[in-house]
Amino acid sequence: MADNALFQFLLRMGDNTLVLGHRVSEWCGKAPVLEEDIALANTALDLIGQTQMWLGYAAELQGEAKTADDLAYLRDVWDFRNLLMLERPNLDFGHTMMRQYLFDAYHHLLLGKLAGSSDPRVAEIAAKSVKEAAYHLDRSGETVVALGDGTAESHRRMQDALDLLWPFAGEMFLADDVDDAMAAAGIAPELAALKAEWESSVRATLRDASLTVPDDDFAHKGGKTGRQHTEHLGHMLAQMQFLQRAYPGASW
Amino acid sequence: MARPDTATVWGWLDQVPDPEIPVISVVDLGIIRDVAWDDDTLEVAITPTYSGCPATSMINMDVETALRDHGVEKIRLRQQISPPWTTDWLSAKGRAKLEEYGIAPPNAAGGPEHCPQCGSKDVEKVSQFGSTPCKAHWRCLSCLEPFDYFKCI
Repeated sequence: MADNALFQFLLRMGDNTLVLGHRVSEWCGKAPVLEEDIALANTALDLIGQTQMWLGYAAELQGEAKTADDLAYLRDVWDFRNLLMLERPNLDFGHTMMRQYLFDAYHHLLLGKLAGSSDPRVAEIAAKSVKEAAYHLDRSGETVVALGDGTAESHRRMQDALDLLWPFAGEMFLADDVDDAMAAAGIAPELAALKAEWESSVRATLRDASLTVPDDDFAHKGGKTGRQHTEHLGHMLAQMQFLQRAYPGASW
Repeated sequence: MARPDTATVWGWLDQVPDPEIPVISVVDLGIIRDVAWDDDTLEVAITPTYSGCPATSMINMDVETALRDHGVEKIRLRQQISPPWTTDWLSAKGRAKLEEYGIAPPNAAGGPEHCPQCGSKDVEKVSQFGSTPCKAHWRCLSCLEPFDYFKCI
């Protein structure tokens, strides 16, 4: 069970970065301005690089000569363990950046703690990733403030994005058996403690962005446990996995 | 062949250019972490700059090709991610070559010391991301030229 909990934890880390990385990469070539296009593509690249490390470790635990590619390309929707928020379609640039900010604030905090994990492999992957997450958070936080506190149009779009995404943010902190086992083994931090830190920094940024945080703390769930993904993930995988499904084992 | 000593191998690797920034070598970049003989196999530890850097596989191939060209037959490349790569590992020679090439070297202050073209200190950030994951995009307000800044991580 302990090993299985670690495997599930690694899938959650790797599926978050894989699914968000793929979504962000969908902006490549069509972002509002060239600098944003490049920034989004680079962010996606970092996230896919981190995916290789997390899913690479997961595949080793799984044995059977599996690789990170097998996990990325040959699992179906119900085997994915990413947060629901990350599989949502990009919608507009404001929604994309709000989602990125809410995740970056959590990801950066989590990776910082994981760098001190009792599992040396988890610690070294996190220590590598947290440097990149710091850049992502700087940029997404600045963008959320600039757009939230920008024109009437950009403010409206950012408020709409926050209203839409806030009910998806709670899933990051919903602990289950896997999280409890990881915390007990000193592999990962307690999510409840993480939540307080996340909320105080996120609320301060959103205040600077002159945005109003919704009162309701209802949280959609089912992504990280794999119990119920949204209808969007299947469509995303159909595109992302097409090549390996149509031409099994293809390589170049 | 006779086993060349590791100092000789470091010298060979210092001739392998970084594929994205060919004026500096993979040794200048600080990504070669260790060179050691394990019996008759030469083991080279390489660390990635950024985890998603697309040049990583190209670098591995270039290192292996260079060692084969020098007659090494048994080679094992090991990816090492800990401790994570930092721009502190760029060599002094590498920093000077970057600047000469028009890329501002990393600076602890978080931005370029001056424009690599004209030397002016009047510079501003355009974007935190540039032509590769390891660079940011800056602009000189004196000579008006855009330039890359090698980010400090």
